[in-house]
Amino acid sequence: MSNQAVVSLRNVTKSFGAGGVTAVQSIDLDVRPGEFVSLIGPSGCGKSTLLRIVGDLVEPTSGEVVVNGKSARQARLDRDYGIVFQDAVLYDWRTVSKNIALPLELMGVDRESRAARVQELMQLVELEGFDKHHPWQLSGGMQQRVSIARALSFSPALLLMDEPFGALDEMTRERLNMELLRIWAGIGSTILFVTHSISEAVFLSTRVVVMSRRPGRIAAIVDVDLPQPRNADTREEPRFFELVTEVRDRLREGGLDEDRTAPGEGELVSAEETP
Amino acid sequence: MRRVRRFVHDWLPALAVFVLGILIWEGAVRGFDIQNFLLPAPSSIVETLWSDRGELWSAAFFTFREALGGFVIGCSLGFIAAVVVSRWRLLRAAVMPYAIAAGAVPIIAFAPITNNWFGVTGMTSKMVIAAVLCFFPMLVNTMRGLTSVNPAAIELMRSYAANERTVFRRVRLPSSLPYVFSGLKVATVLAMIGAIVGDYFGGAPGALGVEIRRWVGIFAFDQAWAGIVLASLLGIAFYGSVALVERLTMSWHPSMRGARAE
Repeated sequence: MSNQAVVSLRNVTKSFGAGGVTAVQSIDLDVRPGEFVSLIGPSGCGKSTLLRIVGDLVEPTSGEVVVNGKSARQARLDRDYGIVFQDAVLYDWRTVSKNIALPLELMGVDRESRAARVQELMQLVELEGFDKHHPWQLSGGMQQRVSIARALSFSPALLLMDEPFGALDEMTRERLNMELLRIWAGIGSTILFVTHSISEAVFLSTRVVVMSRRPGRIAAIVDVDLPQPRNADTREEPRFFELVTEVRDRLREGGLDEDRTAPGEGELVSAEETP
Repeated sequence: MRRVRRFVHDWLPALAVFVLGILIWEGAVRGFDIQNFLLPAPSSIVETLWSDRGELWSAAFFTFREALGGFVIGCSLGFIAAVVVSRWRLLRAAVMPYAIAAGAVPIIAFAPITNNWFGVTGMTSKMVIAAVLCFFPMLVNTMRGLTSVNPAAIELMRSYAANERTVFRRVRLPSSLPYVFSGLKVATVLAMIGAIVGDYFGGAPGALGVEIRRWVGIFAFDQAWAGIVLASLLGIAFYGSVALVERLTMSWHPSMRGARAE
């Protein structure tokens, strides 16, 4: 099982500082190819830390991390994953197309192939005609599309997303949720997605990993059996509400309802509304 | 046509204040019969700027070269020092408090000492004091620029397995540019001050600071004022040309305005 998983975590623990805060504790998780797995939990539960451990941007204190059948470090060096942050993190001095092409540039892909790939991606994220724009000339939602296109530019097997729509308004967020599902269906990558929003997690995922309050552990894993492809109507189905309720209950059992989480720890409390 | 109107609209108030200020100055000097050694009239300063243009310009260029030399040396060293210091946290902690404190020190007070060390009549002593003046703001600003990069931008580069050199070239350097330019702009002003005040403590005959002092000594106040005006104009031009380079290199920067697409 673990040798076919895209991400495999075994007993992963991360503490900061000597005898300091334990961010995540004893995490065991396998993410299979093609899955869309969301990590959800209260502020400061270490879900972003866990994502960074998978990306080898944070080193775990103990435990084993295997990504694409190799160590997390080797996977990073082999550029096996693309990452999207809450901020689009675009470089202001580069145009939209050059931002998207950045990873390809670093990988030494030649100019023509880069241009061709950028055109494909601009179509995929529906930004045709904006190639010459600079990031600050785009709205927040458009910036995040650029960021997603950049992460997909080198067709990584795994996409890590750290609250990518957390800073967007509810309407833009729902639209981008839909687009992300369309993109995911098209490319067949595996996605590991961190969010604060219960409805977002349920709508997008094939599995929702519910984490407890710090130190973050896995409190429950909810299988989302909503049929694919999902669309705006999915959010109106009784099963959708049942699953939202289930995730919320698991969150409560985990120690804290996300509605009552305090802002802080560099994370944004979502504007999620209970239907 | 619209551009002309816009230009007038943007600049007319400032221009009006300038003209009004000059008129009040001219009127006051004439009306109250103010003595020339206290304050010459603008008209006589302008007259002198024209009649003594050869002497004035050569003096001004001499001092400007001192300032420019000091600017280039001080800013280059400040920039290099910032690049080195930004690499090591420990070095940063050791050096930065002094670099910041140096901003509060009237370094210009050392001008007589540098004259002593590097020769009164040469350009070197003035370049040195100008360079020292430029060094610290350049170091502090560049440092701030290189280290205040969005941490996620660095993480992103790490996720692409980029090495430290690539991160520097692709992220740190470009995102530090606004800070680097604000350091450069401050340095233009300081370099001019350093060169002229350096001259005041003794310099080559024909240097602007030296001449201004000499003119004051022989009651040639029109010349002295003309020299000061010329120094100011050169200072503004110096600052303006750095600001222009900034505008050209940073056309991508949000501060250089532009409409958002929706």
